[in-house]
Formats: sequence, C-alpha cells, structure tokens
Amino acid sequence: MIEWLLFVIVMIMLAGALMAMLMENLLAATVAASIVSLGLTVIFVFLRAPDVAMTEAAVGAGLSSLILALGLKRLGLWKLDVPSTAVKADAQEDGKS
Amino acid sequence: MFDIASILFAGATGLLVIGIGGMVLSEHLYRMLLALAIAEAGANLMLVLAGFKWSASAPIITVSVESIPAMVDPVPQAMVLTAIVIGVGVQALALTMIIRIRNAYGTLNMREVKLKMEQEFADMADLPIETRSVPARNDQS
Amino acid sequence: MHQFSSFLFLGGFLFFLSVLTGILPLGDPPMIIGQAIQNHGVSETGAANLVTAVVLGYRGIDTLGELSILFAAATAGGLVLATGKKKTQASADEDAGFIVKTAAELLFPLLVVAGLYIVIHGHLTPGGGFQGGVILAAAFFLPLLAKPSTTMNHNTMSLVEGFSGAAFIGIGLIGLFNHGAFLQPLLSKGVVGELFSAGTLPLLYLAVGLKVGAELAGLLANLNEEDDENV
Repeated sequence: MIEWLLFVIVMIMLAGALMAMLMENLLAATVAASIVSLGLTVIFVFLRAPDVAMTEAAVGAGLSSLILALGLKRLGLWKLDVPSTAVKADAQEDGKS
Repeated sequence: MFDIASILFAGATGLLVIGIGGMVLSEHLYRMLLALAIAEAGANLMLVLAGFKWSASAPIITVSVESIPAMVDPVPQAMVLTAIVIGVGVQALALTMIIRIRNAYGTLNMREVKLKMEQEFADMADLPIETRSVPARNDQS
Repeated sequence: MHQFSSFLFLGGFLFFLSVLTGILPLGDPPMIIGQAIQNHGVSETGAANLVTAVVLGYRGIDTLGELSILFAAATAGGLVLATGKKKTQASADEDAGFIVKTAAELLFPLLVVAGLYIVIHGHLTPGGGFQGGVILAAAFFLPLLAKPSTTMNHNTMSLVEGFSGAAFIGIGLIGLFNHGAFLQPLLSKGVVGELFSAGTLPLLYLAVGLKVGAELAGLLANLNEEDDENV
C-alpha cells in the first residue's frame, strides 16, 4: 500500500520537475518547481525526518517560491496565460496600429 | 519492481538528472535557477535516504531517557537542514544577480548576454571584435 | 555539438547515479557517529530533539557558517537591488482588497505566535530557529503584500539581525573562555523534555530564529520594491 502512495508521489515530483523545465510560462514553471518541494515534504515525513520535512515545507515550498515569484515580478516576466485567440487579436491590433 | 528502495532512489536520481540536465541544456538564466533548485531537492532526498533505517523512529526522545528506541541517523538530517536553508540563500543571491544582468543587458538569454559582455570588453580595450560565428546584428546601444 | 555532448554527459551521470544507488543499501546504514550521538547526545546536551543537538551542539560552528552565508546573501541582495533613491511617491500597486487586508491583520499575530512557538520549542519538538524564523519573516512581510504603500523599517531589521548574530557569537565565546571549546553547552541541562532545559541551546535557537527572520524579511522587502523603469 505504502509503495503505491510513494510511487504516486515520486511520479508527481518527476512530472513537476519536467514541467518546470519545459513549460513556456515562467510563472507556471515556478509553481511546478514548488510542487517538487511539496512532494519532497511528504517523502521526508515518511523517512522519519520531521525536522527536515518542516524546513522543506517552510523554506523550500514556501519561501523559495515566494522569492522566485517576487524576482519574476521584478524581472518583468510575470505573465498569466491568456487564450490564444486573445493573443492573436492583440497581435492583429498591434499590426494595424 | 515496486519495492520502496528502488522507488525512492529512482525519484532522487530522476530529480538530480532533470535538474542538472536543465542547467546544462537551457539557455534562459531564470530556467537555470529553477533547475538548480530541483537538483538541490534531489540531492537532499538522496542524503536523507542515506541515513534512513527500517523500523526506526524519528530522532526525538518522547518516552524516557533510559530506554532509547532505534532511531534513524540524525547527522544527515542535520546536514540536509543546513543545506536547504543555504540553498534558499544561494537562490536569492542568484536571483539578484539575474535582475542586475537584465537591468544591464536587457536580455536573459545566456548567449546574448555573453555576446554583449564580449562586446563590452572589446570596447573597453579598444580591440577589434572577433566576429567568428557571430551573425550580424544591429546594436542600438 | 553542444547539445550532443550535454546529452552524453547526462547519460553518463545517470549511469553513475544508478550504479551508486544500486550498491547503496537502503534502510541499513552503518551508523557510527549516529549511534554515538544517540547514546551520549541526551546526556551531553540535554536536548530531546537529537537533530537540534547535532545542529547546535556538535556542529554548532557549522551553523555559524550557515548564518554567515545567509547574511552574505541578504547583504549582497540589499546592495545589488538598492535603487539608491528615496521613494518620493507611493508604490504604483494599489492596495489589495478589503478581505486581503483584514485577513493580513488577523493573521499577523497568529503567525508571530506560531513562529515564536516553533523557535522556542526547537529542542523538544520538530522545528527550530530556521523554520520558525521563516514563519516570522512571512509574518512581517504579509503587511507589505496587503498594502504595498507601506514600507519596512530596514534600520530596525538590521539592528535585530546584528544583535542576534552577536548574541550567537557571544554565547559561543563564553563557552570558549569558560569551558575551553567554542559553543560548549553552558548552564544546567535540566530535566529532558521540559521547556527550560538543554542549557543554552534554546537561547542559541532564539538568536538564530530572530536573525533568520529579520534577514529574510529584509530580503523579501528588497525584492518587492519597485524597480525604476528607466535603467
């Protein structure tokens, strides 16, 4: 039973890591990287390391994501996904004007 | 196939390989920072796995001092605790450097930053710019 | 060519790690230092949480190095990100809505209490200066997220940070002069499991918590400041 739980968590972590590397939107990539930290927290609890789990939850999943997101805002790359039709309409308007 | 050891080691190995692969292959500086964070997570997991012990309890004494039960190794846990906090410090420092680079050069692509830095050095030293494999580009700077 | 060599390197790295994890036994590590710490850690430091005993007692000078790395990172962040001009007008961001502002005011004391609890009970339960310090930093950063027009008092933050860092080193030096080793545990051990036990370890963790909280709150505030656009 516990094997299946760990298997699912590890798969979620690996998928989060791949998404953080491959996604176009950098804000979404940051969130995917924090999913990795969250899964790691659960695994640390299973490994009888409550101290490390607490640190990972507070520092890795919380503060690190906050720092990266604030830096993203300051870099000017903070973009939310918009539907592709809206992007096309914007591009057409830009082309006209 | 599905024993706990291979699942956890596969997870740690996968995170390390994905992180280091991202650092080697990507050209965007922010993406490299994300890859560094992921590789760090994999290394931390591997270090905690090194001290794990079956049917042992967490290294905290709860019942009595006289009869201490079998415990997992506290030394790797303390080292990982240190490593996580230092990792955030390194990330913050790298992020400030990235913000500075973007303010100075206006781009975050590693190759473009390298080209602009070479240009700057050449301008400073009054040297001709080496134009090997550099496509012609019009710099407004 | 670059891509090819990168993939080759990654394949080799993956092979190396698989071989390494293949020969590593999971769940049966040779615990030499760990066993010694389990046998003597409680009687030597008096802390119920053995990770705390390792972090502050056996490897205390390592924690001092960690604190200096964090200090260097926060200082470098402040130096690099400082815009160098006084803010004449309020930040461009509008205040968040009523719900967010009220929730921030409501959560602030709760977060401070939770952070201090985790810091002070670091030698008894999971937790300690780093975790609690991060929660404290989040508590002091919350008003800035809710009301971007408010500013953080950086001088007070630097003062708290400096004094707590000096307290950590001072406790270590007292141990050095009185007992012959830096960060030697002082005071009476007390009864294991009570709040006032484990000698100076709770004081050290309190210093660590205040230092980490002040540093990270300052770093977050620096990152949150608006960039001047005309660079």
